[in-house]
Amino acid sequence: MSSRRIFARPARFAAIAPYVWMVLFFLVPFAFVLKISLSQTAIAQPPYAPVFDLTAGWDALRGAFAALSADNFKLLVSDDIYVFAYMRSLTVAVTATALLLLIGYPIAYGMARLPKRWQAVAMVLVIVPFWTSFLIRIYAWINILQHDGLLNQILLALHLVSQPVVWLSTDTAMYIGIVYSYLPFMILPLYATLAKMEPALEEAAADLGAPPWQVFWLVIFPLSLPGVGAGVLLCFIPIVGEFVIPDLLAGSNALMIGQTLWLEFFTNKDWPVASAAAIVLLMVLLVPLLLYERLQKRQLEHGR
Amino acid sequence: MRKVSRLSRFNIASLALGLAFLYLPILILVIYSFNASRLVTVWGGWSLRWYHEFFNDRAMIEAAWMSLRVAVASATIATLLGTLAAVALSRGERFRGRTLFSGMLYAPLVMPEVITGLSLLLLFVALNAERGFWTVTIAHTTLTMCFVAVVVQSRLGSLDRSLEEAAMDLGCDPVRAFLSVTLPLIAPAIVAGWMLAFTLSLDDLVIASFTTGPGSATLPIRIYSEVRLGVKPEINAICTLVIALIAVVIVMASLASKLSSSQGESAAPL
Repeated sequence: MSSRRIFARPARFAAIAPYVWMVLFFLVPFAFVLKISLSQTAIAQPPYAPVFDLTAGWDALRGAFAALSADNFKLLVSDDIYVFAYMRSLTVAVTATALLLLIGYPIAYGMARLPKRWQAVAMVLVIVPFWTSFLIRIYAWINILQHDGLLNQILLALHLVSQPVVWLSTDTAMYIGIVYSYLPFMILPLYATLAKMEPALEEAAADLGAPPWQVFWLVIFPLSLPGVGAGVLLCFIPIVGEFVIPDLLAGSNALMIGQTLWLEFFTNKDWPVASAAAIVLLMVLLVPLLLYERLQKRQLEHGR
Repeated sequence: MRKVSRLSRFNIASLALGLAFLYLPILILVIYSFNASRLVTVWGGWSLRWYHEFFNDRAMIEAAWMSLRVAVASATIATLLGTLAAVALSRGERFRGRTLFSGMLYAPLVMPEVITGLSLLLLFVALNAERGFWTVTIAHTTLTMCFVAVVVQSRLGSLDRSLEEAAMDLGCDPVRAFLSVTLPLIAPAIVAGWMLAFTLSLDDLVIASFTTGPGSATLPIRIYSEVRLGVKPEINAICTLVIALIAVVIVMASLASKLSSSQGESAAPL
């Protein structure tokens, strides 16, 4: 098709501005993170050494390169605090993603079975909370979970407990917060695959004598796996690096890696260690990130 | 033939519980923002006292103003760049560095915010840039243009390309064909993209904390430092105002997409 090809050339020119922007503000910054992760902490402004100074000449630059070291990474591997933080981040992310799948799947399934007209309404209803501020949603839960908050008042009124339960600063509160914040990210991809499924498939399976649980487990669930994959990645990756939710809802005795990084950076002013922690976090997430990109590309570029 | 009932009791129950779970906490927050009592949990009757308190809190107002300016500026730049990126990806066929380009566009969507924030700050420090309005705006643009690109690209992908080809067969040059045929058709997605970028920017705490400088806190930064000290009724009022603002934005977005897509194809709201 010739007109298609004619269209492609100016379309390629459209890439220039966003391309330059992303290289400058997404790719190049990573080079700085890498470089500073190999530097030493210094009491200076900026608080790390060596500082590359291109005007100082070639020898000074070579000296600066020689001063780079992997000490910060050694610290990250040898100090229990960081190892625990990474392990905790992964544990929390796996647990929370499993919870999200368990809670999100029935909701998405229910949406997909609604009459067409109602499906659009349900989708908007699921998306709207995603638009309201993250911080506000966490704050809403602090309101409910605090010592004399609504949840404890209800439990006391129903005589289910005799004393207020401590909810805040516990892992329970953190999981509630994470599930609440990420639920739309799980529901939407699941719903997208479930809604495309032919109802005839279920009917055929039922006609052939499969009980409902078999229809679900042998027909519906396997067919929804692409949606499950998208939802799981969409939740898992950001949860590993989550900062706000564990900071506001969980206790402070076990930190996630996002919190450790934040602490090193803002409280301890140890930029090199914070940078090294970011690099390691990125390494941990590399495989899921690549998987997610493949998925995203396939969806957008081949109209799946 | 045995008919599978489309909507079982289990389906209805999970939908109802799910929606209640999503909406009740926000609803409770809004209701308590009108509480006259200083104790957040004791109902003391309806009152606008905490809204009054907010409008007299200069630091909060300044932070809110800063957030609004950043959100408008970054959403506008992000919409421009994101739309260009979407056009290049869906119409540009193959070009050099395409894989890197799409990789850079999709990664920030899920990249932990602490990494994005930290890396941008280190860049700004290395460039010796004064941190404040512009650094936060650049950071938010980088994040939100990716969301705009995805929204616009999915719209471009579902568009009938024979329309563009017809325009060119009738003698339009590609740029003209794009401006007079494609652009009006993807306008709802562009509007939706802007709104999404605006709310994401208004919402962001982590990236803004890294990239802002002393004396130019955004609203989420101020709210966060107050929330760390405990629940305050004034925060309920501010949160309710933000929710109201976002609700207006959503209604406008859906109106815009209804108005310009009367053919029944509506833009994906996400």
